Amino acid sequence: MKKFNRVVTVLIFLFLYAPMLVLLIASFNVGKDITEFEGFTLMRYVEVFQDRSMLTMLGNSILVSVLASAIATVFGTFSAVGIYNLKPRMRKAVMSLTNIPMTNPDIVTGISLSLLFVFVGSKLLGQKESLTFWTLLIAHITFNLPYVILNVMPKLQQMNPALTDAAMDLGCTPLQSFFKVTLYEIMPGIISGAIMAFTMSLDDFVISYFVTGLDFITLPVEIYNYTKKQLEPKLYAMFIMMFLLILVLMIVMNLLQVRQDKQKKRREGR
Amino acid sequence: MKRNKSLLLSTPYILWMVIFTLVPLGVVLYYALTDVETGAFTVDNMSKLVRYLPAFGRSILYSLISAVICLLIGYPVAYYMTQCSPTTQRFLYMLVMLPMCMSFLLRTLAWVGLLQDTGIINNILEAIGLPRLPLIRTPAAVILGMVYNYLPYMILPLYAIIVKIDPRLIEAAEDLGCNSTKVFSKVILPLSMPGILSGMTMVFVPAVSTFYISNKLGSTETVLIGDIVERLFKQGDNPNMGAALSLLLMVLVFVCTGIINRFGGDEEGAVIV
Repeated sequence: MKKFNRVVTVLIFLFLYAPMLVLLIASFNVGKDITEFEGFTLMRYVEVFQDRSMLTMLGNSILVSVLASAIATVFGTFSAVGIYNLKPRMRKAVMSLTNIPMTNPDIVTGISLSLLFVFVGSKLLGQKESLTFWTLLIAHITFNLPYVILNVMPKLQQMNPALTDAAMDLGCTPLQSFFKVTLYEIMPGIISGAIMAFTMSLDDFVISYFVTGLDFITLPVEIYNYTKKQLEPKLYAMFIMMFLLILVLMIVMNLLQVRQDKQKKRREGR
Repeated sequence: MKRNKSLLLSTPYILWMVIFTLVPLGVVLYYALTDVETGAFTVDNMSKLVRYLPAFGRSILYSLISAVICLLIGYPVAYYMTQCSPTTQRFLYMLVMLPMCMSFLLRTLAWVGLLQDTGIINNILEAIGLPRLPLIRTPAAVILGMVYNYLPYMILPLYAIIVKIDPRLIEAAEDLGCNSTKVFSKVILPLSMPGILSGMTMVFVPAVSTFYISNKLGSTETVLIGDIVERLFKQGDNPNMGAALSLLLMVLVFVCTGIINRFGGDEEGAVIV
């Protein structure tokens, strides 16, 4: 049985990574066709850095995801503390509100936000272009917030409530005890929430596609526009570089986790 | 912390979520019930929904098939992961999660390169003397695309549930005379039910509303509801009809996930991925 599971696992990982391999090979290809390898070149990687518009789109993507995940992390962390201290019934209601963007299909979230922005922008405020950078940012913050809340909440529940009481007994103000004790205890949740929000934001296509205007386009949306026309091989090079970036991010996240586990073990051992 | 302080901290969040998740759904309803030209109240869009029922049926069918395939191939993987050492587990978890963070457009496009009539798989088939197969522009290709894209959403919740099963329960079953098949069917499978249900939901919801996969891997015979909604919004200039469709899509997802979760009673199956 174990042998069977191992074989299936290996096959599934091959299946999951086959397209990545195709794109990796395509990024070194002299020819433009993804199916035919005509010779090795690094030109595609050089082209990425020469293409002004593509770099602008990448910059746009990074700008939106950094801003949105940073705002969502700060906002979400304080909100999580607030929600945690609400009465149980109220807390349950707020958590179901938090689950709406998680359970709704992305396309519905994107469309509903875009209709809201268009409705408010053109019908109520009379603007010509109601979809802008700001609407994109609001949309990203909205779908990032639940990730932060759902990562921070379990850490708050795991925390020993006596710790903050002890801090206040020792003369901390509630605010000091929050910054010195609570924040330290829930930090792993905040970090993983922030990283998750950032990667979701960076890669989001469906929601961005509906809420972004013509003047501010992110990379995934631009990739979509490209896939409708003749495909540029430098996109593959871009993909591989993004892959490496996210790989590094994940390794960092893993190492943080390992270190935290070790610390925990050491603390328990003492 | 005092109650009023916690209210002070959570109120901005509650307001934000109401304004940007609940109100937009109301706006969708408003658009669905008004005419695209005049903006007057009408049930026209709603009555025209009947026209799109075949696409709805197809979307539901394909995504259910995908969810079941994901379960069948994802379960052994998730189970195998729990049997590994903690370091390997962490590494494999990362490998499953990584594709989820990469552009699904380009990954789907790579499948086009693999499945095309003159694509990589067909080239290999020809090289070893086998006939070329019509792989792309079939329902099977669309389902493959769905399985490929959403498989991690099945594996991760399954893993999270199976890894928490108390090994003593398995030992107890063995002590009481269960063979390994019985241990699986009587202990492990029932206990992994919450993971199975949340995995099914997490595959089904994005699959039923997808709009790129069938566009690239399917044909005009396999147009899904997401493709139609996208077209109405971005090319057809009939957002009101699109709003009516997305409303129906939302109800559909709500009902289907309700049914899926009903199977498991009221166990807590929610897993964050």
